[in-house]
Amino acid sequence: MNLLLLSHELLVLGLGLGLLLVDLWLPLPAKRKLGYAAALGVGLILLYSLCCVRLSPGQSVQYAFGQMYALDSLALFFKRFFLIAALIVLLMSVEFADRIATGIGEFYALVLFALSGMLFACSANDFALLFVSLELITVTFYVLTSFQRARVASLEAGVKYLIIGALSTGFMVFGIALVYGMSHTLNFETLAGVVPQLGSNKVFLFGLVLVLVGLGFKIAAFPFQIWVPDVYQGAPAPVTAFLAVGSKAAGFALLLRVLFIAVPDVTAHWFNLLIIVSAVSILYGNLCAIPQRNLKRLLGYSSIAHAGYLLLGVAALSPAGRSAVLYYLSGYLFTVLGAFTVICLALRQVEGEDLGALAGLHRRSPLLASTMTLAMASLAGVPPLAGFFGKFLLLKAVLEQAPMHAGYYWLTLAALAGVVISFYYYFSVVRAIYWSTGATDLSPISVSWPIRVVIYGCIAGMFYLGSFPGWIVNVATEAVKVLP
Amino acid sequence: MSPLTYIIGLPLCAAIVLLLVPRTFRPVLRGVAILATLGSALLALKMFLQFQAGGFGYQFEQQVPWVASLDLSYHVGVDGINVGLVLMGAIVAFAAACVSWEIKDREKEFYILLLVMAGGILGAFASLDLFFFYFFHELALVPTFIMIGVWGRGEQKNYATFQITIYLSLGALIALVGLIAFYVQSGAGTFDIPKLAEHLRHKPLSLGAQNFIFPLLLFGFGILVSLWPFHTWAPLGYGSAPAATAMLHAGVLKKFGLYGLIRIALPLLPDAARGWMQVLAWLCLGNLLYCGWVAMRQKDFNRLVGYSSVAHMGFVFLGIAALNLVGVTGAVLVMIAHGFLAALTFGLSGYLYQQTGTLELDRLGGLLRRLPFIGAALMMAAFAGCGLPGFANFAGEITVFFGAWQSFRLVTILACWGALIIGAVYMLRAVRAMLHGPLPEPWANVADAPHLWRKAPFIVLLVGLLVFGCFPRLLTDKIEPSVSEKVMSAIAPERSPDTSVTTELRPGAAPRGQPEPLLTSAAAKAADVQE
Repeated sequence: MNLLLLSHELLVLGLGLGLLLVDLWLPLPAKRKLGYAAALGVGLILLYSLCCVRLSPGQSVQYAFGQMYALDSLALFFKRFFLIAALIVLLMSVEFADRIATGIGEFYALVLFALSGMLFACSANDFALLFVSLELITVTFYVLTSFQRARVASLEAGVKYLIIGALSTGFMVFGIALVYGMSHTLNFETLAGVVPQLGSNKVFLFGLVLVLVGLGFKIAAFPFQIWVPDVYQGAPAPVTAFLAVGSKAAGFALLLRVLFIAVPDVTAHWFNLLIIVSAVSILYGNLCAIPQRNLKRLLGYSSIAHAGYLLLGVAALSPAGRSAVLYYLSGYLFTVLGAFTVICLALRQVEGEDLGALAGLHRRSPLLASTMTLAMASLAGVPPLAGFFGKFLLLKAVLEQAPMHAGYYWLTLAALAGVVISFYYYFSVVRAIYWSTGATDLSPISVSWPIRVVIYGCIAGMFYLGSFPGWIVNVATEAVKVLP
Repeated sequence: MSPLTYIIGLPLCAAIVLLLVPRTFRPVLRGVAILATLGSALLALKMFLQFQAGGFGYQFEQQVPWVASLDLSYHVGVDGINVGLVLMGAIVAFAAACVSWEIKDREKEFYILLLVMAGGILGAFASLDLFFFYFFHELALVPTFIMIGVWGRGEQKNYATFQITIYLSLGALIALVGLIAFYVQSGAGTFDIPKLAEHLRHKPLSLGAQNFIFPLLLFGFGILVSLWPFHTWAPLGYGSAPAATAMLHAGVLKKFGLYGLIRIALPLLPDAARGWMQVLAWLCLGNLLYCGWVAMRQKDFNRLVGYSSVAHMGFVFLGIAALNLVGVTGAVLVMIAHGFLAALTFGLSGYLYQQTGTLELDRLGGLLRRLPFIGAALMMAAFAGCGLPGFANFAGEITVFFGAWQSFRLVTILACWGALIIGAVYMLRAVRAMLHGPLPEPWANVADAPHLWRKAPFIVLLVGLLVFGCFPRLLTDKIEPSVSEKVMSAIAPERSPDTSVTTELRPGAAPRGQPEPLLTSAAAKAADVQE
């Protein structure tokens, strides 16, 4: 077995363990700066991944651990995605460190462990690895969400996430057991071979539904979204950011693999289910976001809606739809991380993250104000930002399938309604920044240079992906070719 | 490089340049904006003069691949239909930049948004790629919302901002779905409009598909153009918008929907168009009669102008609904004329508001004595608005009526009487209330436009109205062959199965714009109402 295939995961794990060790000898102020070391390490791994890791020519996929672990272009796409996300989250965490009383070293290490879980997840080719990697992500997030031990809201978020997460894990394990019981295999590709015989076996299908329930929890799609608003609101801002981007993307990577590699025959019959889940997530997320006054809670509901948008591409059941999902996630990465970086900095002194606290932000820091505005515009889908082209690709993919089944028209209609509704609440965030009165605190916000780099990077990402999408669309199209 | 790229690129590049200029350099901010739009307007004028009337296909074309895998490309070019619109858009953008001296707060952001809006509008009119056509429109639309929200006026500013944002986004998205559905159904695998047209000429869409897509485009674009009964965003939105925004939106951006109907919906979905035009003809009466009626009851001048601009859209819809060469040519003519007119009226009302702080008709009066130049310009705008010969609106409206008469007699009669009389009544009443009569005490100190630079935007727009009003052939000679080649050949293929026959058609059916008998009667009508 070629251990080099696992180089990303091993390097990240090593980095995390190294941090834990170093943490033992450092005084507290230095521990806070440890995040820079972690970010540097992740940056180097990203660089290594971009420069040195290539799939061996002629082989579209390479396996490790007896076909449990697959390295293909889709996995590589997601690995780089997660590395970028973790890099930004770590830099954000350094900025957040003074609000965490103890154990900041562990905080960085946990972020790295969650990252390694995501790296494993996107290579999972087997229900066992799927389960283990998801647990690695979820368990670290239980701790991360409740890391501000002095804040009741943070503890509450941790407990809620734990209970609902444990419930969904239970469902998933049960589902995997049923699938295994009927098919006698855990491997995705072997399963794909036996699905045609099992196609109408109720127990098998029931097991599969339960697996999807577990994944629905990760991507925060309706009706498994109950935890999202409270957890997003209560968790520390960098954790929420990582949850919104990393955890959701890991869920989508697994969803794509399960639906299109393990059980393509069943998926072809389940488009109705996907259409309904997608449409209801979009409408539910957007409608519930309207009355929100807490910024993180608002983004929580918006993240439910975005799970719905991403499911548009999955429900389309076409390569164009799947590559649209990958493109949309890339845009979503820069957009959401940009927004959370601003939340992290601008709402430092405020307890509740109320929208009103954004008042006067354009005077306190024009850079942060314009970043937030651009992020909201990209989420709403305004050209020339990434969100616009992403929604265009998703809608195009869905409409391409519309002649096959009329349900896709209704899905398009729901997506349209959702986008129009979303304009209202994204716009009210912008309004709170630029033209609400009653700003009490007008002290300028200092932005450290690493964060400045992050912010400029996010802005550049939003503009680049939106204005020159050709390159990333090609990469995404190549990546989804491994999905039959 | 096509001059169109410079025309679109100048304002957009200037917007990026302004990002780097410190906000304290006020004259520089303003100077860059005015110079960029002036350059763009001059280039558009040069292109308009160089345009070869009667040629086939597109001129000044440029195509650069953008996303090769989806066959998306930046493709610009003009034919007779959009060459006048680009010129009008560039001139209005210049005028809008000139009148923006009234903005004192956050000038930097205002000029950046204004330039983005101008570049977006011109890009939308010049694009020959479905995606960019929509992309540029969105690029121009979003600054509109922000400008109304930040620099708007009046108590209902916030409500107006949300209303216009949600309403127009809905319209734009419906149109987007229509465009994507059209792309998917056509099966050509390209977003390029000329290629799509060529493909559909050989393989037209089934009637079922056309009948499904056409209403999406009709109502999506219709919302953007304030087609009755989807017009309610317009008066409030324009009433709350800063002058430059209202000028650009009501004058130029709004024409995007009409242009989309003429460029895409009619020629590419001809069978559905024939069926739906009956509906459109009756809806446009709602614009002409109902909105005109409502305009008569307005107490605020900006609201009145907002309703009147909605009413004027009825002429364009009527011309499109006529679905013949004369009608569609007239529709394009009215689009250009109304662009100048709406920009002029909103520019003038902005000046008045800046001087007096109110636009309530009851509180104003006698202003002509204090404002000879502005007052005279307003008077001319009012005359143009009620269709006086000599102004471009007259040429356009009369052509539309000629075209519509062949298709819908009853609608044309109602439209003609209703619209011309109602239009004259509310415009002249507003002029009387504002400019004539005793001068109320508070306005004793209002000042006229002090020097040529302040007068320039209004002069430019008036010149546009008058030149195209006196010599409408400058436009019709360009519009009409292109309409016949691109639109009519698809709508009425039995008369012109291929392009060679359209050449024969061209000289015969040319509208002249100034037919003698009607000209005098319309002038007499306008004179009657004045008295």
